[in-house]
Amino acid sequence: MTTIPFKLPFNIKLYRPVSPTGVWGWLTTVDHKKIGVLYGVTAFIMFLTGGIEAMLIRTQLIAPELKIIAPEVYNQLFTMHATTMIFLAIMPLSAAFFNFIIPLQIGARDVAFPRLNAFSYWAFLAGALIMKSSWFLGGSPNAGWFGYAPITSATFNPGNGIDFWIIGLQVLGVASLAASFNFIVTIINMRAPGMTMMRLPLFTWMTFITAILLILAFPVITVALIELMLDRTFDFNFFNTKAGANPILWQHLFWIFGHPEVYILILPAMGIVSEVLPTFSRKPIFGYPAMVLAASFIAFMGWLVWSHHMFTTGLGPIANSVFTLTTMLIAVPTGVKMFNWLGTMWGGDIDFKTPTLFCVGFMSMFLIGGISGVMHSFSASDYQQQDTYFIVAHIHYVLFGGSIFGIFAGIYYWFPKITGRMYDEKLGKLNFWIMFIGQNLTFFPMHWVGMQGMPRRIFTYDSGMGWAFWNGFETIAAYAIAFGVLIFVINMIKSWNGGKKAGDDPWDGRTLEWSIPSPPPVYNFRDIPIVKSLDDFWRTKQNSSNSDTKVKSKTKVTDIHLPQPSYWPLLVAVGLTIAGFGIIYNLLFTGIGIGIMLITVCAWSFEPVNEPDSH
Amino acid sequence: MSDETTTGLSHRKLLMWVFLGSDCMFFASLIGTYLIYKGSGVLHPGPADVFDIPTTSVSTFVLLMSSMSMVFAYAYLVRDDIKAFRIWMFSTMIMGSTFLGFQVFEFSEFYFHDDLSPQTNLFGTTFYALTGTHGLHVTIGVIWLGIIFYSSLFRNTVTSKTNLDLDLAALYWHFVDIVWIVIFAVVYLFGTFTGFPSS
Amino acid sequence: MSVEIKNQSNHIDESHSHPKPMTYFKVAMALVILTALEILVFYFDWLGYGIIPVLAFLSIAKFAIVVMYYMHLKFDSKLFTYVFLGGLILAIVVILWLMALFGWFV
Repeated sequence: MTTIPFKLPFNIKLYRPVSPTGVWGWLTTVDHKKIGVLYGVTAFIMFLTGGIEAMLIRTQLIAPELKIIAPEVYNQLFTMHATTMIFLAIMPLSAAFFNFIIPLQIGARDVAFPRLNAFSYWAFLAGALIMKSSWFLGGSPNAGWFGYAPITSATFNPGNGIDFWIIGLQVLGVASLAASFNFIVTIINMRAPGMTMMRLPLFTWMTFITAILLILAFPVITVALIELMLDRTFDFNFFNTKAGANPILWQHLFWIFGHPEVYILILPAMGIVSEVLPTFSRKPIFGYPAMVLAASFIAFMGWLVWSHHMFTTGLGPIANSVFTLTTMLIAVPTGVKMFNWLGTMWGGDIDFKTPTLFCVGFMSMFLIGGISGVMHSFSASDYQQQDTYFIVAHIHYVLFGGSIFGIFAGIYYWFPKITGRMYDEKLGKLNFWIMFIGQNLTFFPMHWVGMQGMPRRIFTYDSGMGWAFWNGFETIAAYAIAFGVLIFVINMIKSWNGGKKAGDDPWDGRTLEWSIPSPPPVYNFRDIPIVKSLDDFWRTKQNSSNSDTKVKSKTKVTDIHLPQPSYWPLLVAVGLTIAGFGIIYNLLFTGIGIGIMLITVCAWSFEPVNEPDSH
Repeated sequence: MSDETTTGLSHRKLLMWVFLGSDCMFFASLIGTYLIYKGSGVLHPGPADVFDIPTTSVSTFVLLMSSMSMVFAYAYLVRDDIKAFRIWMFSTMIMGSTFLGFQVFEFSEFYFHDDLSPQTNLFGTTFYALTGTHGLHVTIGVIWLGIIFYSSLFRNTVTSKTNLDLDLAALYWHFVDIVWIVIFAVVYLFGTFTGFPSS
Repeated sequence: MSVEIKNQSNHIDESHSHPKPMTYFKVAMALVILTALEILVFYFDWLGYGIIPVLAFLSIAKFAIVVMYYMHLKFDSKLFTYVFLGGLILAIVVILWLMALFGWFV
């Protein structure tokens, strides 16, 4: 039993969980590993819903002039598919790894702000529920994942769909910001002794750079969404042309966020590839400093290219030329990374296990996506490609062939560490090949139909256009992707509890997470490691003459104090959700939600990390 | 026992500075929106019709002085002079609330006297959004300071040992002040300067 | 030996010099004077476009002394400076570029 340290008017004593189990344990957890699992499972379920949305889109497009899906619903489908995949699947799947792996890689017992970390998950769940509930509450957003003004205005878009989009994204933004602030401080301030920044594993570096991008990019879309919400709910004039406003401002603000966002989507996957390839090539990463520099350059340049999404909006030749140049420039550091991955594998003792296959898949698919990207970067050619399926091809090569393949590599790579068991290698390889072939058969033909003029975001097409064959082909191939994902799900279910026991270091890994048991104990490291080099675990393995001598641990497990669980992060998220729904339906609830947040944030800040009489 | 952080710096202080760096992007987007739309509006009133520079100057002075008051509050807390700390803390809250009072007064003047609402025209929209958001930040700051002040009324709750809590609140408070420095110069002074050739 | 995760240190960990109260008062006076100057030049129509660098200089000076002295950035770890300036500089560059795209500096 604990009390908060000053007298409340009514002498309230608040119960604080000490070692909760079961559901209550999950609801109050501040353990980064559990939070990582929560993120991963939730995000994967969201990935499946986004996949269903994609299958419906492809089914409608399998043949010309079909009426399986009504156009109004179709607009909601492509909006929700993209929004789901970007914000509810890729980002939180990456966050699952940030959560589980980062403290392990830097030799820490937890993150800098365990409760803030927990809050970021609950806020993510809230945003996901708000976003997806729109399907059942009167209609989902229908203006594309980028929501261009003025089609998102109350005049042209009455109904609640866009409001769900705005509030969902704001709540998700809060979640992402909270997580990113936490990881920036964790990576700067909680590294084990001897772990300098240039000894960080590359996945940790990519996480760090991603988090920095995030905290600088999200405020911009936050402002844009606030402006749109004020227009829709309170009749402000931000995008009201009659008042003299310019809807192009929305596009600018959105893409100033949106371009860094795509690097937020790809850098973590690149980080995973940079972990897997050295391990399965049994060689250190080629050109570690160049990898760090290249990623930093990508992050920096990412701010200077945004209007390449707006080449066809009439910015003028000077603006178009400047953005063409900056966009072409940003391809260079990515090329550096590609060559360094190849250099890592070159001459290595390569083991083509499932993680390796997904990495090779990543490299080849991201390369193709990058090539089409360079084709868009030239504003003149982009005039033909913009808003066609050529862009859809590019997006899916970089995001599906890129981010998702990278994430799958990570899932297979770290599966033993997280669950303590091995996945089924045969099913893993089958999963890879079906997804790889499916991805190429689905998305490569989109380059051609795009060049033949098929626009994006159309619910059907004329039979005389000549697009029918490839669309049908793409749809069948998309079903193959779905089948590949099914294989993955079967592998996960089969292996999570029933796979072969994995041991601490099944891959003969290089980084610190492989030096502790699988799954890790709640305190991660019994003794905080002293780091002497990059790939320090590999070094200690090479240097120890007798692998049987285990250094006697100096730490008593009972002396290790970890942050106590707390229910305040969950409750703040509940207040945030209520406030959000209030903006959509009834402002009274916004007031109530804000009131709840004030109280719960206060209580959180007065709650000590640990109670004096707890363990 | 001091926590062993890699840099020797406090987690929470680092967090606050990272947050402030992020908040720069937030306010920059709002100020950018204001400047981009400046002059594009179709309807009156515009800034020259409604701004009262002398009055706003007073509230600007008040907010600036509240930063000084905040710094004294912190200095006295570090010296464990809780009584002096409380006085300067309270004075900071009073000045912050006075600034908010001026904002409310200004908004009411614009709304009732000049018929300027956020819905009236583009200037109303961008002005109220920018200064309203700033005012909201100040309000959160006053509440935060109020909570610390209230805690300090209970013995041994707020002491020199807990000065980090006040340090964080003070950083936030000063940030809100420097944002106003920018808004005052850009929106009010630059915005209604009559020396430009076309004005 | 116990290893505690106490990430909420209430300790000042700077062992540098603290400005004296007098310094803070001087900063406050500087802020008053700079603000008074800003308001004064506001009425100098003859400055024309020259008002822009003048106001910029005065407000940047105010911004800087509040950040350096009141927010203590001058005396604290350089990491805080990099962190804050990173966000600030990015914000300024992006917004100026955006304004340029809307015809501001033509």
